[in-house]
Amino acid sequence: MKSGLFGFLFAMWVLMLAGGGIVVTLLGPISISGFGEFNWLIASIIKAIVAIVLVVIWILILLKLKNWIFRKEIKS
Amino acid sequence: MTELIIPAIISCIVAFFVVFVMTPPLIKFLGNRNLAVQDINKKESVMVVRPGGPIIILGIIAAEIVLYAFLQLNEILAIIITTFAAFVIGYIDDRKVMGGWFKPVTLAIAAIPIIAFGAYDSNLAFPLFGTVQIPVLYLALIIFMIPITGNTINSIDVLNGVASGFMVIASFSLSICLFIIGNYEIAIVSLPLGFVSLAFYKYHKIPSKIFPGDSGALTFGAMYGAIAIVGGVEILAAIALLPAVINSFLFLSSVKRIVEHRQIKGKPVEHTDDFRLKATDDKTAPVTLVRLILAGGPLSEKQVGYAIFKLALFSGSLAILTAFMMRIFL
Repeated sequence: MKSGLFGFLFAMWVLMLAGGGIVVTLLGPISISGFGEFNWLIASIIKAIVAIVLVVIWILILLKLKNWIFRKEIKS
Repeated sequence: MTELIIPAIISCIVAFFVVFVMTPPLIKFLGNRNLAVQDINKKESVMVVRPGGPIIILGIIAAEIVLYAFLQLNEILAIIITTFAAFVIGYIDDRKVMGGWFKPVTLAIAAIPIIAFGAYDSNLAFPLFGTVQIPVLYLALIIFMIPITGNTINSIDVLNGVASGFMVIASFSLSICLFIIGNYEIAIVSLPLGFVSLAFYKYHKIPSKIFPGDSGALTFGAMYGAIAIVGGVEILAAIALLPAVINSFLFLSSVKRIVEHRQIKGKPVEHTDDFRLKATDDKTAPVTLVRLILAGGPLSEKQVGYAIFKLALFSGSLAILTAFMMRIFL
């Protein structure tokens, strides 16, 4: 059981590192032009939407991982 | 760097000894006023006083004021005000049972001083890949960070000594990370949290003489979150906190709503005849970290606490490893 928890911790860590890579390479370069003073606002909204989608994907992956690692123990 | 050594030493001594010396009188005071709850994990009917939050916040504020006298950083003021606001929120919840949304919403408001003092950098730093600038999104991150860290530490405060012991490991790991990335001033500002936690652990460890209460747990969590933002080490802080994050994640993913623990009817853990802890088969009970640790068989309260500390040491080591990785770019 404990190895399962350590494995889950490690998996979360790897996911955070990978997520960081995606955020930097995907979110970082986003910039918008053609909307004058609203460029930064629109770019921020797009970044926020992409970030929320990434977080949702991250949570779904974690849920799958949780069920996979603890499938014997979690019966609820 | 060398000019920071004396403030660091003085603030750490103040943080530790304020809590170490003042907690026994607080225990006596709370006992005289009958502010005690039953320790449900003991065979005998043992009453333990609460909350220990007032002494925790006193130790933190005293140490941070010493640091402010030397360093005069706005970041220290932001940390003090946010942490004190979290303490007040927790204290209200200690005295009067509030709804499940009370703490997340009010803790989000407690994060405002960090924004007001401008005590943050909107560049979010990741290991190996560098930084990303997210000015607007970062404001949302600040607002979310304090409720998350506050409630995360609060949710792990389920056994004798766990919240304070876990905080000792997580906060010292975070301080080491701050030293590694070269943010020495905030590293020193973060040290009192570890020393306050360490001093409080002396009285909170099994068998507990005092419980931190919501005021203590939220104070720990909010200060940890504030340091993470002010120090620009949000990712490292999240990694060091992973066991508690897992606990909250498991709880929320099984309950599927934001709710107070006391509102959950199903019991995730019960006692054996010799009063060891064992996981239940109750399908309505939430999945928690303790329940998963006990899935392998019954354990004593002390053994479960040590299992959580081992997980905290593992995640703390990962955070320190990640801090070294901050210097490497792919």
